[in-house]
Amino acid sequence: MTHLHSGERPATPGVLIGGGIALSLAIMGSIVAARYAHDSGFAAHAWIFAAGFLAGLVWLVRRYANGIPADDLTPYADGVVRAGVIASVFWGIAGFLVGLIIALQLSFPNFLYFPDLPFTNFGRLRPLHTSAVIFAFGGNVLIATSFYVVQRTSKARLFGGILPWFVFGGYQLFIVIAATGYLMGITQSKEYAEPEWYADLWLTIVWVCYLLVFVGTLWKRKEPHIYVANWFYLAFIVTIAMLHIVNNLAVPVSFLGSKSVQLFGGVQDALTQWWYGHNAVGFFLTAGFLAIMYYFIPKRAERPVYSYRLSIVHFWSLIFIYIWAGPHHLHYTALPEWAQTLGMTFSVMLWMPSWGGMINGLMTLSGAWDKLRTDPVLRMLVVSVAFYGMSTFEGPVMSVKAVNALSHYTDWTIGHVHSGALGWVGYVSFGALYCLVPWLWGRKQLYSLKLVEWHFWISTVGILFYITSMWISGIMQGLMWRAYNDFGFLSYSFVETVEAMHPYYIIRALGGALFLIGALIMAYNLWRTARGDVKSEAGAGSAGLAPAAAE
Amino acid sequence: MSPKREKDAITGVETTGHEWDGISELDNPLPRWWLWIFYGCVVWSIGYWVVMPAWPLLTDYTRGIWGHSQRQQVVADLDALKASRGAIGEKLTSMTLEQIEADPTAQQAALAWGKSAFGDNCATCHGAGGGGAKGYPNLNDDVWLWGGSLEDIRHTITVGVRSTSEETRQSQMPAFGRDGILEPAQIRDLSEYVLNLSGRSTDPEAVGRATQLFADNCSTCHGADGKGNRAFGAPNLTDADWLYGGDKQTIIETITKARSGVMPTWGGRLDAPTINALAVYVHSLGGGE
Repeated sequence: MTHLHSGERPATPGVLIGGGIALSLAIMGSIVAARYAHDSGFAAHAWIFAAGFLAGLVWLVRRYANGIPADDLTPYADGVVRAGVIASVFWGIAGFLVGLIIALQLSFPNFLYFPDLPFTNFGRLRPLHTSAVIFAFGGNVLIATSFYVVQRTSKARLFGGILPWFVFGGYQLFIVIAATGYLMGITQSKEYAEPEWYADLWLTIVWVCYLLVFVGTLWKRKEPHIYVANWFYLAFIVTIAMLHIVNNLAVPVSFLGSKSVQLFGGVQDALTQWWYGHNAVGFFLTAGFLAIMYYFIPKRAERPVYSYRLSIVHFWSLIFIYIWAGPHHLHYTALPEWAQTLGMTFSVMLWMPSWGGMINGLMTLSGAWDKLRTDPVLRMLVVSVAFYGMSTFEGPVMSVKAVNALSHYTDWTIGHVHSGALGWVGYVSFGALYCLVPWLWGRKQLYSLKLVEWHFWISTVGILFYITSMWISGIMQGLMWRAYNDFGFLSYSFVETVEAMHPYYIIRALGGALFLIGALIMAYNLWRTARGDVKSEAGAGSAGLAPAAAE
Repeated sequence: MSPKREKDAITGVETTGHEWDGISELDNPLPRWWLWIFYGCVVWSIGYWVVMPAWPLLTDYTRGIWGHSQRQQVVADLDALKASRGAIGEKLTSMTLEQIEADPTAQQAALAWGKSAFGDNCATCHGAGGGGAKGYPNLNDDVWLWGGSLEDIRHTITVGVRSTSEETRQSQMPAFGRDGILEPAQIRDLSEYVLNLSGRSTDPEAVGRATQLFADNCSTCHGADGKGNRAFGAPNLTDADWLYGGDKQTIIETITKARSGVMPTWGGRLDAPTINALAVYVHSLGGGE
């Protein structure tokens, strides 16, 4: 990795001057907004913005005070990827922990519930959990891996000089604004799009810069073709920009207040919301993580991707069909029946395009299946693809109206989401993190493969507890809701169905606890790896890219 | 294609000749089973579009040759449900509550209907089995604040207690302590008097001091003997049943701050047969008079 390019010189002190002026103005603007804010929540957020910009300013000055740092002169920009890896692990554990707390609140309603402290309410913690795991954990994994992968597969340094760092820092600021907003009760009440208008605007700026960095890097690539992982990353970045902007169209009540009014109303708003919500799953949690799969599985298995043709066909069919599937979230509602039909049929047609990625992931292992015995990291990546296949089959099944009539509004949906979230998104991310840390910190191997084994088995048991308990609970719940007695009256009251779910809620919380324990083991392992420690382990197979080190 | 196409040693399949960071791609064809299932899903979807409402037009939508309509379906489903309940709705409206209880068929249906309605409307406060909780009366016993006959129960359900209904059952115990009507010491004495009504006082002197206080302040509603008065929903203070608690501390709290539990009016929310069924159901729980 010597001089891959010579034309571009990294940032000069011009960055320091320009960035310093911009950040200083932003700090002053935030303080003025805080001073004249119409509500305390907006004032608190203006102060957080000011603190964030101030942290950025301090960071910028320290980085460039003594000229261009060495980090800016490496062939690949890896400092920002390292920061992204750390942020991913941090937010992941925070998100899993909040998930466990709300799972326990559902099992034991008084758990960590203090009526005088409204932020402990389930209604505020639940979006904290979903946003922390999807956007904070998942988003950081996507940004970090995309920055890593696009450089390697394009043989080009990240475009934009300081811009990737702005994307990273700006995204963390968005996360903090969103999370503190939920706790203070600031929400526009749109699932997975709860942050208010100013947070949405900030994310739009950050996201456009992300797109610029990514496309700019592709633009100056030294490879003749664009690797398949980058198609998926690009589809994810472009589509999320579109979804985010359209779903968040709103008019602020005041430019100095936290409340806004949605542009759409009624069923139009509902459809826009689920067009957004479903494609957040499709393009954030599917396309983005397929990109991770397409780089890290062949890399770790040291095998070629199974089929180039399949990757093209399933990419375009997935992109084209996914965007139509959202209405299946609104079966049997005020949504016109024809729209429900389209949502359902496109979801069914989506089955094979989704499975194309699973086939390509699994079949890439041809000739390397034996590595699953010895390399728990590769096993984690492969099991993630298996969970992906399972939940992308379950999804089309649940979109069929007859099935949806039973499953909708029940815990089955929660189980479905978590087989995808824990099994697919979680495991493919963990696999990528286990690969990235030794590479980024220049270590020959992970601190301990045995700890990876522990992580793998503990969290696999956790996932199975989670999804099986939610299947049983959800199907039972759906059947109890629709049970009639001989006289034509409902057999069960709502509270009886809640009572029946209690044991399954406890099992679910146990599963979540195991998943969290696994992630903590990972965090420890990665921390020791980054420090350069190696645990001597008799009998541990040498795996993938980790030649046995003689320490 | 690129000239660098190579044969993969393990599978014998050619690569496409591209390579990124050490990753190459095999030139395998699309798996046939994958392709055929995909085509199958597309054909099935097109078939579904033909028979069901599917595509929007300028002012209408394609209605499908089966002429299905979700809105008509729900009307038909509700009609079918009504039919499955038979003539019971009319019976429960036209018969008196006593007649319903005397007629085995009507009574069975009323209990099924009432149980279902109770679970979704009443159980939140009174408990799934009607066992009540602190501040929410137990409906299984024979202690009734406003009366336990069929007609009393139906009236309570219909108008509620301290509800928004104009005819609501209404009464208000004064907050003797908070509003400064009595001194704290007097309230402590009164609590001993109330305990004494169920034979639990340990302080005869306090009971003696409070005798006149009870007669002046409490007997109007709770009666000179403390046995209560259903006209005011005033509880019997001589028995072992307590809505908020019968220990000394709770009694002091009750006298100091008073209690004013609310039950909503169901008259406008539930129809006549449902309220009648509920009255029969609650009457059957154990304490009906």
